[in-house]
Amino acid sequence: MIPAGSLLAAHDLRKAYGPTPALDGASFSVHPGEVVAVMGPSGSGKSTLLHCLAGIITPDSGSITYAGRELSTMSDAERSALRRSEFGFVFQFGQLVPELTCVENVALPMRLNGTRRKAAERIALEWMERLEVDDIGAKRPGEVSGGQGQRVAVARALAASPKVIFADEPTGALDSLNGERVMQLLTDAARSSNVAVVLVTHEARVAAYSDRDVTVRDGRARDLEHAV
Amino acid sequence: MTLLDQKRTPAGPAHPPEPPSRAAAWLRDLGLGIRFAAGGGREGWIRTLLTAVGVGLGVALLLTAASVPHMLDERSARDQARSESKISESPDASAKKSDSTVLRIEASTEYHDRSITGFLMRADGDHPVIPPGIDSFPAPGEMVVSPALKKILDSPGNELLRERLPYEVTGTISDAGLRSPGELWFYVGSDTLTSASGGHRIAGYGKPGPTDPLSPLLIVLTIMVCVVLLAPVAIFIATAVRFGGDRRDRRLAALRLVGTDIRMTRRIAAGEALFGAVLGLVIGLAMFLTGRRFAGLVEIWDVSAFPADLAPDARLCVLIALAVPLTAVLVTLAAMRSVVIEPLGVVRNGRDRGRRLWWRLLLPVAGLAVFGLGGRIDEYSVVNPYPVAGGAVLVLVGLALLLPWLVEACVGRLRGGPVPWQLATRRLQLSSGAASRAVSGVTVAVAGAVALQMLFAAMNDDFNRITGQDPSRAQFYSHSEIVRGDAALHTIKEFRATKGVTQVIGTVEAYATKPGKYTDDEIQPTTSFTVGDCATLRELARITSCRDGDTFVSHPQDKGQAGWVDATARKGKVIEFDTYGRGKPLHWTLPAGSRTVEARTDPYGEEHSGILVTPGAIDARTLPGAETVSQIRIDENVPDAAEYVRNTAARIDPGMRLVTLNSVERDRQYASIQTGLQVGATATLLLIAASMLVSQLEQLRERKRLLSVLVAFGTRRVTLGWSVLWQTAIPVAIGLVVAVAGGLALGATLCWMVSKPVAGWWLFLPLAGAGASLILLVTLLSLPVLWRLMRPDGLRSE
Amino acid sequence: MSIGHTLLGLLESGPRHGYDLKRTFDEKFGHDRPLHYGQVYSTMSRLLKNGLVEVDGVETDGGPERKRYAITDAGITDVATWLTQPEKPEPYLQSTLYTKVVLAMLTGRSAADVLDAQRSEHLRMMRILTDRKRRGDLADQLICDHALFHLEADLRWLELTAARLGQLAKVVAP
Repeated sequence: MIPAGSLLAAHDLRKAYGPTPALDGASFSVHPGEVVAVMGPSGSGKSTLLHCLAGIITPDSGSITYAGRELSTMSDAERSALRRSEFGFVFQFGQLVPELTCVENVALPMRLNGTRRKAAERIALEWMERLEVDDIGAKRPGEVSGGQGQRVAVARALAASPKVIFADEPTGALDSLNGERVMQLLTDAARSSNVAVVLVTHEARVAAYSDRDVTVRDGRARDLEHAV
Repeated sequence: MTLLDQKRTPAGPAHPPEPPSRAAAWLRDLGLGIRFAAGGGREGWIRTLLTAVGVGLGVALLLTAASVPHMLDERSARDQARSESKISESPDASAKKSDSTVLRIEASTEYHDRSITGFLMRADGDHPVIPPGIDSFPAPGEMVVSPALKKILDSPGNELLRERLPYEVTGTISDAGLRSPGELWFYVGSDTLTSASGGHRIAGYGKPGPTDPLSPLLIVLTIMVCVVLLAPVAIFIATAVRFGGDRRDRRLAALRLVGTDIRMTRRIAAGEALFGAVLGLVIGLAMFLTGRRFAGLVEIWDVSAFPADLAPDARLCVLIALAVPLTAVLVTLAAMRSVVIEPLGVVRNGRDRGRRLWWRLLLPVAGLAVFGLGGRIDEYSVVNPYPVAGGAVLVLVGLALLLPWLVEACVGRLRGGPVPWQLATRRLQLSSGAASRAVSGVTVAVAGAVALQMLFAAMNDDFNRITGQDPSRAQFYSHSEIVRGDAALHTIKEFRATKGVTQVIGTVEAYATKPGKYTDDEIQPTTSFTVGDCATLRELARITSCRDGDTFVSHPQDKGQAGWVDATARKGKVIEFDTYGRGKPLHWTLPAGSRTVEARTDPYGEEHSGILVTPGAIDARTLPGAETVSQIRIDENVPDAAEYVRNTAARIDPGMRLVTLNSVERDRQYASIQTGLQVGATATLLLIAASMLVSQLEQLRERKRLLSVLVAFGTRRVTLGWSVLWQTAIPVAIGLVVAVAGGLALGATLCWMVSKPVAGWWLFLPLAGAGASLILLVTLLSLPVLWRLMRPDGLRSE
Repeated sequence: MSIGHTLLGLLESGPRHGYDLKRTFDEKFGHDRPLHYGQVYSTMSRLLKNGLVEVDGVETDGGPERKRYAITDAGITDVATWLTQPEKPEPYLQSTLYTKVVLAMLTGRSAADVLDAQRSEHLRMMRILTDRKRRGDLADQLICDHALFHLEADLRWLELTAARLGQLAKVVAP
């Protein structure tokens, strides 16, 4: 049921919003350090799958295990703590806190985890350097370009040294050159730090940065690598 | 310019439509705005309703304030209508006995800290005059009561009061006979009351003429109360008009895209605001009319009013109806000056400009200058209300203007701190305007209240008369015009037997004069004549030996006055008791063997100098104009001891006056102004809390997606809760500092103006506390919405 | 495009004459390039030799003799293998893919599976190119990007076709 050696695995997830099923028996797994693309047409349930896997929403039925722990039986506080310490997130847009500077945004997850401000901002700057955006640290998100903002978001996801990064259409709002660059930086950084990445995208060229892809169709995830 | 220009435009309309006139354009754009406000879908309606309810609350408060003059007039008119018609200026003048005259005596009492007013009445003939509010004259032993008193008498646990008023209740007093619905009032019919036992004959009701004018100092106070209460309401209305402004700006940007120009967008926005304001007027009127019905049920700090009393002044109504929509439009146009609405979005240019300080400082300084030029006011000067009100308004509004600059300056310097603090300060740095606006109401309210309280404290000496009574020796003082030979003894015995009473002093008192004829320029020597047993007399003077039948001449401690006593109390000579025209004066010889003693201060704070006599020396029943007086001390640990004393007093003589001795006696007018301030300040602070809550919720709703993202990466609710708290707390704290500083300055100036030293520098503390609870209240009320918005639904936007 | 597999697939619905095969082929797949009859004949004899078809009967009603072909079990297996085997991702693939999709429909197999297998193969290829791109120099990147964009276009076509399978089924096999 759960593939051996997987870090995060879901089995037979079902989730409905009102009468419409968003997930209808989806299964999924990702190994440590593995980059898995979740593809599928709009409205197929990709984002719902990601939200379930990350413990942001709870599925109606089915099981999700992270490092041997069952997510669906955890309390909201436990899942929040897990997201703070083990997971990182990159979304399509609107994810940076507009009133904080870029460095403060990157430092935010670490500070939520209890890291002191000075230390958190030092680590934040290191990651921003790695993502080539250390020069805009003092600026606010409203003053930087979309590509820079997205790199800041990637730096933020990586800075708290998570085990899994959930990226929901991370290049959706970027042009192809910026999108490629963000993907390259994200996957390079993730691979070198042995961080697993769950990458929701509908773009093939973005999905090509993954090790493996899973297609969601009508609420069912098909892992083609294993299916054939 | 080019050939292209000369080409005929193909297939255009034959006659381009003429541009509409200015007025028509205004009307069209205002109408468009009104359509947006009314037909903007659910979101649009919510925004319009928020504005309308906000404005409505303000309008309702303004209408209530506009009703106050009428309410006060009605109250004092009813008060006068039930007072006796005076037949002359002399308070003792009685009417001639006739078929319609009535003997009456006031029988007011207190019950559990509430005062109950009442009269014993005895008709002289068959057609007695009756006070307004009752249908017929109460028969002996029957009582007519106010509805509020009836409720107390009927409810269980009030046996002591029923015992004190043991009359049969045969009817209730209607509204016409009461000042306010909560008033405790009664009329009792009597068949034993006589002029000798204190009855006063009256020929009718209704005191003509104006009431006593307020003192100039009270006028200053009243003006300040009005300014302090109404200025925040105006600010609140201005804030309410801007509810939902961000969303409106975005909608206007969309209109710019399809070709409206900047002027048109301004007019459309004005139209929207106008609609909200007019709707607010209607809602405010509805709230006022609905609230008015329940006016009688609400009793805040002893103030209640009949619904009919709450009729706003017509001129003030017109003023409100015109000023509110006008304010709405002007505020909107002013707010839009700092915003440039471009077709592709909204650009705020307020921030790069920065806020300037100098012109903001002008207003409060000008306000203080107005006071300075106005000069000082004393008890007797005629007060011109306009400079006082103008100066106060300038200072208060100036503070409101100073606040945005100060918030920006303070917040701009804040760095670091824990995550919630950082989120809050950064948020305020990015846009402090909305926060400052909401807080400016608090600032004005608190600054005004601080200044007022200082003025109150300074005037305390004038209004709080230190009575010089010594409650540690006696808590009650009673006097009755029923005088019997053993009256004093009887009264003492009755009170001694009362539960909780520890000590009683009882005397019969009258005034003695030196007989003879006096011209108008001469003062007839007079001294007091006190009849009491030896034990009692020892309380009044330093007497070493005493037997029944002894007489004394008591000299005051001030030796200079001793001669005046001796002018009347000549040992072995005759003294006279005046009967005030009721029969022949009584003559009595002061025994030659009377000893001279020195007076002591009695528990009532008075010196009993004059002639002291034991009952064996004179028959007190024969003394004209005498009163039975007693002073009573109770054990405060006995529950309801005071009520037992009052019951005993009512049993001995329903007309007995019983005075509770306090060190401080409060002037009634002063008390009512302070009450008004407390009622108003509470209402104002709640109103401001409402407006802060609305803008807080609006801000949260706009950040729905961001909140979801923060939840996604595991932010605790507590963290965001604290950041919401700080976001309210920081501006409010700055506002309170400004308010306290400004209030102290204004208060000190006002104190200087009325020539009083500043008495209370620390009076702002309770108000600062109220401000702090405001922060808590707003935060607590916004938390449920925050929790709801923190659900992950915000992420589902694909 | 494999004409042999296509003709085999057409035979799955029942035995046909060579001429009949050509006509059906032209109608369904040969829009602008009708099949030459000689090619049908040579293909059939190759299939016959490999044992994928057999001669069902010979008719000679006055004209030249006409063989009727029928598919063998080996032939059916061969078609199935061909359909599930994704094509090597390369430009201008759509005619082969289209043929495969239509054939899958005609023979009652899952057209979606055909498309998914192809998608997966395309992505595998793109992954390899992406990997080469990130290791290589600018020239490598530009060359890889050219291929990647073409493959992406293919993938888009695959997705579009997958979304329109229902519509296509009504046209191809009413």
